Amino acid sequence: MRTRPILVSQARRTAMAAPQGVAGRRGLVAAGILLVGFPVLAEAFGWQFYLNLITRAMILGLACSGLNLVLGYGGLVSFGHATYYGLGAYTVAVLAREGIRAAWVVWPAGVLMAAFAALLIGAVCLRTRGLSFIMITLAFAQMVYYGVVSLKQYGGQDGLRAPRTDLGFPLGDVGLYYLTLLLLAACLGVLWRVVHARFGQALQAIRDNEARAVAIGFPAYPFQLVAFVLSGAITGLAGVLMAHHTQYVSPAMLAWPQSGAFLLMVILGGVGRFWGGVVGAAAMVALEETFHAATIHWQLPVGGVLLLVVLLAPRGLAGLLEGRPR
Amino acid sequence: MPSGFPTALVLEQLLNGLQLGLMLFLLASGLTLVLGIMDVVNLAHGSLYMLGAYFAATLARATGSFWAGVALAVPATAVVGVLLEISVLRQVYTRDHLTQVLATFALILMFNEGVRMIWGPQALLLTVPQELARPVLLLPGLGYSAYRLFLIGVGAGLAALLFLLIHRTRLGMWVRAGASNRAMVQAMGVPIQRVFTVVFGMSAGLCAVAGGLLGPILAVQVGMGEEILILAFVVIVIGGIGSVKGALVGALLVGIVDTAGRALLPPLFMRLLPPEVASNLGPALASILIYLLMAAVLFLRPQGLFPVRT
Repeated sequence: MRTRPILVSQARRTAMAAPQGVAGRRGLVAAGILLVGFPVLAEAFGWQFYLNLITRAMILGLACSGLNLVLGYGGLVSFGHATYYGLGAYTVAVLAREGIRAAWVVWPAGVLMAAFAALLIGAVCLRTRGLSFIMITLAFAQMVYYGVVSLKQYGGQDGLRAPRTDLGFPLGDVGLYYLTLLLLAACLGVLWRVVHARFGQALQAIRDNEARAVAIGFPAYPFQLVAFVLSGAITGLAGVLMAHHTQYVSPAMLAWPQSGAFLLMVILGGVGRFWGGVVGAAAMVALEETFHAATIHWQLPVGGVLLLVVLLAPRGLAGLLEGRPR
Repeated sequence: MPSGFPTALVLEQLLNGLQLGLMLFLLASGLTLVLGIMDVVNLAHGSLYMLGAYFAATLARATGSFWAGVALAVPATAVVGVLLEISVLRQVYTRDHLTQVLATFALILMFNEGVRMIWGPQALLLTVPQELARPVLLLPGLGYSAYRLFLIGVGAGLAALLFLLIHRTRLGMWVRAGASNRAMVQAMGVPIQRVFTVVFGMSAGLCAVAGGLLGPILAVQVGMGEEILILAFVVIVIGGIGSVKGALVGALLVGIVDTAGRALLPPLFMRLLPPEVASNLGPALASILIYLLMAAVLFLRPQGLFPVRT
């Protein structure tokens, strides 16, 4: 037997990451005020572009926070989270095509669709571990992807327009920004409670030592399945929001490069650190935009920065922000 | 389509599957050894394949000979592989898989953009060499591409060589031992780091063979490495990580199932189902066939068909 368990990080096994103490809380409040106030500034200075950029970063941050629940706290490397993201988005577009535009129907439908898919897929995949788990989640994601591509009546390879749903009032860019901020905050609140509750502690105990966790009465399967479904639902909600943001959905949202991108953002931000998903998504969006504006060969410096982060910041960016491990 | 059982079609698809499978094996064997010996998840493997194809296309144009192009691309790519191992991979051996994923993904971005900067965004042209351009008559009524037959020959030959190397030489013994228990092999005084550098260079060379030879069939373009990388990973988890035999069996399975599925399922569905259903379902099912295969294998044997570690 090898001593190093496959795919379980040594470095990650530090104390729970959270903005503790006065400094962390102050930073959080400051970030909150900035985010709430930003659309006013954007309106005044014509920063429409940045408003949309931040909306995008928040949506991706939501998806990554969902993924981080299973990846970071559950130790389960899902290489198929684009499935839940894409299913959430497609639910919006398909229902709109069929004439159902009421947000009160469409939004929960998107989340439930993603959660249901996560339940079915998770129920099978969670019987495997390690690299097998990665590949089997990829396998199911590819099946769903090709399934969606084959739906010719819903655009097939070309994708589908997704008109914004009706909340009872027209949802402009600023409205979507605030809605995204609200939902992100709500979901992070739920995640915070979940990972700090007995459920989350058990999940992490299973991640760290499954045999011991089972022995003291926390069976892995039901805990991991619940986490997987919650994770899928949150990522699905991000898909719903993204469909509203871009007003267009395409099979690329369900394809493996998208799953890979989510994984990368979480790894960049910090696996199993509470702010890892949000920080990673924001950093990736900022990196891409910065270099995209500077050069057509933007991928080269983005790759260089990622490589530097790997070599210099083993705990991810959120790890850097939090300072020394406790 | 002939009304009877299309023997020629089936045979042709089997050969195509064999050809794809053997080329996949060239990629998967290196990938599985790198993962098996040093426990490194190397996403940049596909980039070496792309680089090999670009080297082959450029050198073929420079020398005016397809053969010289491919032959020179192999050592050139191997050198790049060794440099990559020394400069980056060594830094992440002891880190967890996710860190390696991020590091090697960063390499993919840099390779893709580097290639785009040097060769431009257009695909390069690599043509089938003159002497293999005509079809060969295998059976009465069955002409088959001479070039694809040549690929089958090269793939089978290299597979045989690799098996001799792994099972009959000291280096091969170390490689096998390293894949099953690296710590023990190190304790026995095997220079595992040097073995790995050699294996890594070799696997880069095999990438160049596959890239150069597939160049005339597929397009030589940026991003060509990623699609095939996923297939190579599918192959090695089906076969069992670290096992060269597993890589061969997995590659042949994936190659034949994928090719046969794409060629035979849609026409079969067209006969059995109403056309509007068949035209959607046939291609979709053909595309997911290898993933169904992988999911089934992993579900029944999580360690793959030929597990190395016990």
